[in-house]
Amino acid sequence: MDPSELKYARTHEWVRPDGDIATVGISDFAVKELTDLVYIDLPAVGTKVEQGETLGEVESVKAVSDLYAPVAGEVIEVNESLPDDLQLLSDDPFGQGWMVKLRLADGQSLDHLMDYAAYQKHCAEA
Amino acid sequence: MHQTALHDWHAAHGGRMVDFAGWEMPIQYTSIIEEHQAVRQAAGLFDIAHMGRLKFTGPDACALLDRLLTNDVTQLEAGQVRYSLVCNASGGILDDVLVYRFDDCYRLVVNASNREKIVEWISAHTGDADAVMSDETVGSCMMALQGPEALGQLQPLTEIGLSAMKYFSVAESSVCGVPAIVSRTGYTGEDGFEVTVEGSAGLTVWESLIDAGGDIGLRPCGLGARDTLRLEAAMPLYGHELDESTDPLTAGLAFGVKLSAGDFIGKAALLEVQKTPPDRRRIGLTLEGRRIAREGASIFDGERPAGTVTSGTFSPTLNRPIAMGYVTADKAAPGTALEIGQRGKRLQAEIVPLPFYARSRR
Repeated sequence: MDPSELKYARTHEWVRPDGDIATVGISDFAVKELTDLVYIDLPAVGTKVEQGETLGEVESVKAVSDLYAPVAGEVIEVNESLPDDLQLLSDDPFGQGWMVKLRLADGQSLDHLMDYAAYQKHCAEA
Repeated sequence: MHQTALHDWHAAHGGRMVDFAGWEMPIQYTSIIEEHQAVRQAAGLFDIAHMGRLKFTGPDACALLDRLLTNDVTQLEAGQVRYSLVCNASGGILDDVLVYRFDDCYRLVVNASNREKIVEWISAHTGDADAVMSDETVGSCMMALQGPEALGQLQPLTEIGLSAMKYFSVAESSVCGVPAIVSRTGYTGEDGFEVTVEGSAGLTVWESLIDAGGDIGLRPCGLGARDTLRLEAAMPLYGHELDESTDPLTAGLAFGVKLSAGDFIGKAALLEVQKTPPDRRRIGLTLEGRRIAREGASIFDGERPAGTVTSGTFSPTLNRPIAMGYVTADKAAPGTALEIGQRGKRLQAEIVPLPFYARSRR
């Protein structure tokens, strides 16, 4: 997946919209900042989340970090292979390292998310 | 914020710098796990110049230290190193230290986080003893070369016969042609050496070791790997397993306390502790799953609080989470199943004998 075609939250989640479905993961910058990942907790299919609500947790040797829903919606699919193979996150964070697919809540817009250029600037300032 | 003589090297080589006890130190360069494995399998080089280095001279230096330290300083011969605690009058641990005897002086290496406190404590207790303490921390540079290849990597740079050095011995000679103190000591559970040189010579020694060690997998290592390594080796860390409300016997550090030797500050209190078994013990835990139990997490026996986690990490060697902590003495036996509360969930844990990792000695 081409990272320049994705949308980004300030909390380093990426979003790939496709109609009313949004695939969500975390950026290569986030993966690199975390390093040494040991555990990921993803929500169950059917979970409804508000924008900014906790979507799960990712734990590294150093610390636990929350994953935040970049958009409101219902979890319709989770990447089942990820918890047993966190290397996917390091190797391909924008592709095989995807985390969940959300069906967007009614009226959910993506206007609050950053484009790639804005996100890169955000990371440089972090 | 203090910077070590190697600060600019770290920053130029990907070191992620963090504030540690007022020092700007690298927590990692690439990955804690990769740096950890380098030490277990080859060698790792650590900047530990933030550790406090105190020198003691004068006719009463030995007597002064013997009164301040729980170990028996009077039995130390030149070239020997001992682990010791510094306790307050009630037996609480002020710091854990290494004491080194040289021909003409003694040295202490103290925790960076405790340096100012210990300097003040010693000054306040020197009285009319004919001894002079000088704090050499800022002007010198200390690094640790640890791992099975450490000896082979350091040997070409020094005239000291390293293989003849016993563990916990120290020698004064040169490394890379500059005066150096070399001890066979460390904080990783591996064989290794700690080298102290003048601050201005630190970079030369560091780069010589890095340049020569690339072929065998020697890597610079940060404080992150230092923590996972010492935790696997079950070595306590001040501020985690040790503090002023914990005595050395409860902490499982009786080997650093000589109650049969001369008087020292805290001895009377520790003799009382010795009479009654401690109500809590330092223990090791392995956890099911992959979640890490963090410092401060509560340990439960069913619904009953049984203790607290003092350090937790993911053990790269065991490939599972490990932790140290204190539990009530009745729940301290290896094999005991306990639970740890972490972020609203219960993690399943079992008490195991310490250390988690012990190197095979050839």
